[in-house]
Amino acid sequence: MTEIILSNKALAVNPLKISQPVGASLAFLGLARTMPLEHGARGCASFNKLFFMRHFAEPIALQTTAMDQVTTVIGADDNVVEALATICEINAPEVIGLITTGLSETQGADIPRTIRAFRDAYPSCDSVAVVPVNATDAQGCLESGFALAVEAIVASLVPPTPTTVKRPNQVNVLAGSMLTPGDIEAIRDWIEAFGLTAVILPDVADSLDGHMIDEGFSTLTYGGTTVEAIQAMGESVATLVIGRSLDRAALLLRARTGVPDHHFPGLIGLAACDAFTLALSKISGRPVPPRIERRRSQLQDAMVDCHFPLAGSRIALAADPDLLGGLVHLSAEMGMEVITAIASAKGRGLNDLPIGCVRIGDLEDLERAARDFNADLIVTNSHGAPVAARLGVPLLRAGFPLYDVHGGHAQTWVGYGGTRQTLFHLANLLAAHHREIAPHRSVFWQGTTREQETGVRLC
Amino acid sequence: MKADDIQALLNEPACTHNAKSKSGCARPRPGATQGGCCFDGARNALLPIADAAHLVHGPIGCAGSSWDNRGTRSSGTDLYRIGMTTDLSEMDVIMGHGERRLFRAIRQAIETYSPAAVFVYATCVPALHGDDYAAVSKEASERFGIPVIPVDAAGFYGNKNLGNRIAGDVVYKHVIGTREPDPVPVAARRPGITPHDINLIGEWNVGGEFWSISPLLDELGLRVLCCFTGDSRFREVQTMHRAEANMVVCSKAMLHVARKLNEDWTIPYFEGSFYGIRDTSDALRGFAALLNDPDLTARTEAVIAREEARVKLALAPLRSRLAGKRALVFTGGYKSWSIVSAMQDLGMVIVATGTEKSTEEDKARIRALMGDDAEMIADNDQLALIDSFHRCRADILVAGDRYIYPTLKSRLPFLDIDHVRRIGYAGYEGMIELARNLDRSLASPVWAQVRAPAPWAADAA
Repeated sequence: MTEIILSNKALAVNPLKISQPVGASLAFLGLARTMPLEHGARGCASFNKLFFMRHFAEPIALQTTAMDQVTTVIGADDNVVEALATICEINAPEVIGLITTGLSETQGADIPRTIRAFRDAYPSCDSVAVVPVNATDAQGCLESGFALAVEAIVASLVPPTPTTVKRPNQVNVLAGSMLTPGDIEAIRDWIEAFGLTAVILPDVADSLDGHMIDEGFSTLTYGGTTVEAIQAMGESVATLVIGRSLDRAALLLRARTGVPDHHFPGLIGLAACDAFTLALSKISGRPVPPRIERRRSQLQDAMVDCHFPLAGSRIALAADPDLLGGLVHLSAEMGMEVITAIASAKGRGLNDLPIGCVRIGDLEDLERAARDFNADLIVTNSHGAPVAARLGVPLLRAGFPLYDVHGGHAQTWVGYGGTRQTLFHLANLLAAHHREIAPHRSVFWQGTTREQETGVRLC
Repeated sequence: MKADDIQALLNEPACTHNAKSKSGCARPRPGATQGGCCFDGARNALLPIADAAHLVHGPIGCAGSSWDNRGTRSSGTDLYRIGMTTDLSEMDVIMGHGERRLFRAIRQAIETYSPAAVFVYATCVPALHGDDYAAVSKEASERFGIPVIPVDAAGFYGNKNLGNRIAGDVVYKHVIGTREPDPVPVAARRPGITPHDINLIGEWNVGGEFWSISPLLDELGLRVLCCFTGDSRFREVQTMHRAEANMVVCSKAMLHVARKLNEDWTIPYFEGSFYGIRDTSDALRGFAALLNDPDLTARTEAVIAREEARVKLALAPLRSRLAGKRALVFTGGYKSWSIVSAMQDLGMVIVATGTEKSTEEDKARIRALMGDDAEMIADNDQLALIDSFHRCRADILVAGDRYIYPTLKSRLPFLDIDHVRRIGYAGYEGMIELARNLDRSLASPVWAQVRAPAPWAADAA
């Protein structure tokens, strides 16, 4: 049982936490032909849009109900109706994700009622699905907001009664917020290696992997899970749930479809990968294909090779709960010492990690602990770069946001191959910062003085 | 903030377009709105005060996805890059703990980071909740002996422009005039040269671009009391009332600061820009004109002649590559015409420019520069902009970062001139950088490759 230490600071310094509306918007960005709509002041959506643009290096579909001082007080329901109608008119999406923020939640917005008002006023927009999510930013974090949106998508788009029609080769994947587009691609390949097809919800790989389309620019998402595919989730033979944060969404999906589910806290590390592979083998009734056996043996080889720099190295981690859990497990598998693990908020995945405690905190907490306990390496988002520079230790960038590297979103962390690459990254970063023994020159030294010895110089 | 106070801020008598409708009043259209909020604008305007703590009072939504996201640079302290927020929880809001939490947060910021001052930014939720952040700030300031300045700029008051104005107003009321400047340091004195004190208002030091200007100001004996705000220190802002001349750089929203300094302290000011050779030279002449020092005027002309000759030489090879290339410039306000003139200096053709945030005066400048048939695009819709690009047969789009990925996805060259960029384009040196970056993008071999169909697609056709 891991102890969860809460913060008693009045001021969050260098926040690790990203708000729930950001997470909820991200989930909708993994649906096809979709527009997330944040119900708040225009700044909420503006900040979040730029946040995603910098992380994914992509145009981002995101709109706002643009609450102002007056509508905040006298009621902003008309803003919601107008925004929904305007988006239908201008962008013609298939789905609009209607997401509340701290502002509209404090005001007391009743979005399901407002959606009914919209339906009454604009019957011509009936074909556009509107998915409401309550996602105040006064609670939770990106991961929990994402999970709330996945749950809302299931509630709104999966038919409420189980179907008798089955597609024997189809599985569902509920994919947590820690999975990058690179991860989702790897998961799809993994599943297809067993002759199965996957409905992945949400599919950020299809929308945010960064690819050119013939039409050039689109104001909606560039791909993602289709409504049609979501409606057919009841026809799958199994649901694979990746990330403890999606437990509630999974519960709802199972209640609606009767499809049995399999839970995986994460897919980083040998044990986690083995559990997933085994499940796929059982679901498909097929043996593990040779190419996956090969990937597994490659990972084992990398574990042996990398154990020199990694074993006993002191690592400080800060991330959302599910990602943090995956990194803690990987550290344990490699014999790395987690000197501090900071989570942005509470999460189901934190309770049974193989470490003594997890602190709910910020990057100031990470910096303090890393300094006090001599971390060799820190793992967190791009905001960790100045922290790492002050500490003089390397940074492995993980989570959200990654704005100072190219291709951060494309990196694959999961699976045998992703884990292997992660081990190589860790080992290389540590090797580059390896502290050698300081040279000693004897008091009896009689050769050239250090200043006069010429180094290697290119003439 | 009361509606009357907001109206007062939007009423800027020094602005020639003041009789027109106020930008802050335009109601944003729900479902089709771009651009940031009032809090965004206020924090951007003050964040470059690098030795202050910038504390955001609100739930995590306001600071969580936006802290440390600016391109402004400091020559020393990095305190302004430390993200600070009260991170209000549901319980804080329900139980009314906001004010107490804010007070403790201010104390923590002061005890941990010893800032020169604390700026407290109010956001929508505490504004709705009715937190008295002004009273908390006053009490904290008295208790801890450090200026604690409330910035009442909740996002829902309006757009970024209004936030800029509020920031200027707050600083004028609470900071400017609270300290006298120190004497000119002995090491900086030069025989025969009378130093003059100046301020720059609305220069953000994006990508450190002010450092392409400041060596020239040093050389001319112009001491910048405060660059408001770029690489600024709180103690510098305090002394702005003692300048002999002010320049308003690229920001109408900060015009009221210059106007008030003129009304209350009789400091003359002019509006100018450091983008382009012409504008940079005009800016230097602008100071010389206001300071009425014949020796300074002569030295200014000498510096201008030297710098222009140097830059022209450096630009020669780039100019031949850029001449005749067609650019669509889409950016807000002042930057539109100042970038237009900079690119015309390079021999480029400006086919259209955005005027979304431009004033009537800006538009008049654009007409003067581009002729009466200059196409002005007011619509900030990204799809419409790409259409305009094709219609005008442009070669490159110059705009803020909001437009970068729609443009690149459309397989079109782009130059980013937003405030989050890391490249400085100001001054003579910046002009070379601008030309180099325009050329790099225009001449890149990637465009042909990403526009050509795959070989098998070509075979099929």
